[in-house]
Amino acid sequence: MIRPELFEGQVRIPSGCAISAVISREGRLISGQTIVDSMRPMHERSNGLGGGFAGYGIYPEYKDFFALHIFYDTDEARAAVESHLRAVLEIVRAENIPTRKHPAITAEPFIWRYFVAPLRSVLHSRQQDEEEFIAQLAMRVNTSYPGAYVFSSGKNMGVFKAVGYPEDVGVFYRLEEYSGYCWTAHGRYPTNTPGWWGGAHPFALLDRTIVHNGEISSYDCNRRTIEMYGYKCTLQTDTEVITYIADFLQRKQGLTLEEMASVIAAPFWSTIERQPKGKSRELAYLRTVYSSLLITGPFSIILGFRGGLMALNDRLKLRSMVVGEKDDKVYIASEEAAIRAVEPSAENIWAPAGGQPVVVRVREGAY
Amino acid sequence: MAYKIMAQGLDAAGLGRQIQAHPGPVEVVGCLGQRFIGAGMQKKKIRVTGIPGNALGAYLNGGEIEVCANAQDAVGDTMNAGTIVIHGDVGDTVGYAMRGGEIYVEGSAGYRAGVHMKEYQDKVPVMVIGGRAGSFLGEYQAGGVILVLGLTGSGPIAGNFPCTGMHGGKVLLRCRPEELLFPGQVTALPASPQDLDAVRPYLEEFCRRFGKDLSAVLNAPFTLAVPDSRNPYRQMYVAN
Repeated sequence: MIRPELFEGQVRIPSGCAISAVISREGRLISGQTIVDSMRPMHERSNGLGGGFAGYGIYPEYKDFFALHIFYDTDEARAAVESHLRAVLEIVRAENIPTRKHPAITAEPFIWRYFVAPLRSVLHSRQQDEEEFIAQLAMRVNTSYPGAYVFSSGKNMGVFKAVGYPEDVGVFYRLEEYSGYCWTAHGRYPTNTPGWWGGAHPFALLDRTIVHNGEISSYDCNRRTIEMYGYKCTLQTDTEVITYIADFLQRKQGLTLEEMASVIAAPFWSTIERQPKGKSRELAYLRTVYSSLLITGPFSIILGFRGGLMALNDRLKLRSMVVGEKDDKVYIASEEAAIRAVEPSAENIWAPAGGQPVVVRVREGAY
Repeated sequence: MAYKIMAQGLDAAGLGRQIQAHPGPVEVVGCLGQRFIGAGMQKKKIRVTGIPGNALGAYLNGGEIEVCANAQDAVGDTMNAGTIVIHGDVGDTVGYAMRGGEIYVEGSAGYRAGVHMKEYQDKVPVMVIGGRAGSFLGEYQAGGVILVLGLTGSGPIAGNFPCTGMHGGKVLLRCRPEELLFPGQVTALPASPQDLDAVRPYLEEFCRRFGKDLSAVLNAPFTLAVPDSRNPYRQMYVAN
């Protein structure tokens, strides 16, 4: 993996992306093959410069441990990072993530995963809870260890991503061998920044993942704001910042998903004024307090988290998104064809309005 | 009898070549997201089962495309002539920059239906949406006719910000003017019998296509929205 020394704004490739998700409200396991197949009809939305998946409920035998997925450029980078990991973590399992050779997936880094728990003594001395500790560990590796990128760090979930078309990336990572209660997927068509392994979606921190179709006009405002709270944007793409905003607003600020949607896709003032009084006060409060976390520009995103997902469009709805259902399953994708590809008899097909969050949760106790 | 083309396993280019290879009517069976079906077509009839991809009938210049399901985004993008009939809903930006021809949608449309439709002399595009329309209906509309009937679905007949930037053409909605909030440069008033007579042929065609009762469709208040200035940008930047 070669990290191109180009940053947001230094290269521009004029061009859409594809996103897709499936979730079982009953927590029933869905093969990774399903999400890979849903991406096929949207091939033309990507250009082969990035594809990726997030699976939830895929590591039940290690569900109490954080699963770290790490890209390494070199063995030296791995040795340096592992030395640090051993000092602060209990590592119950370390292995190469199984892949299969694919002619379209080339220049792969070393791809490792670790099932870990922070050492209690370390947590105690740092006065941190385990989530904060793991989040900071991921930030530290990504900023301080050249040639090493933590790209997944949650419990009982994992991100799998690469440079390539998503359907090829799915074959490369043998996703048909995994099953989970929720999957999200992304096919990339990078418009402003280079296509590289770390820059493929989903972007993950702890169990939150983002897949994103769009382009954030407010990126630098959002980045400067979130970096004040200790997050570091290192992956040379705008989407990363949405993941950190989601982590900040939910884990640190305690906002609900719906409140978070009203921050990042805040309604227009003219729309807020027309709401009933209590609602308009709440919306005005969120828009005022978190004004620097308003995300402008076109986007459709799917936020995955433990036990559910949320889909959201920008308030002007400059990107497409379709939702469908069948029995216990909910499907969300950039195009209806992606849903029909895996569930031809999907029902209640509809398109959410701009800024209208679609939240789907797995029944409590079923994940 | 239409020539059948099995779409399964074909990409957009492969499907397009097969459609072009047959001069007579064709039926595309099992479509799943293939884009640009009928793009630039001059004449001929295409019937589609399954879900066609984006930009169905883009630059259409004659003939007819009929879809027996929902269609995705950008149906009839910049179409110039011909007819598109959708037995279902359509995604965003149906009739984007449309400059001629007719689009009939049985269900609802997504955001920005008819964005930047335009007309010139006898080229007057027409779009009839049987259900509801999303926000920014007729955004920057410069000409042509958009009809929204609200026969299916629930909620407001159109979303927020209808006719934003409109400076030509007309929008007819089967509702009362006060049900929607229009921008300042648009006049929205109850439609007169003459206003409805002017679009009656399109309503008749819609009812014929989808088996609806014209008298039931007409038995409701209609609103006519038109721009109140031929130059809404006067003094927005400089006096012109």
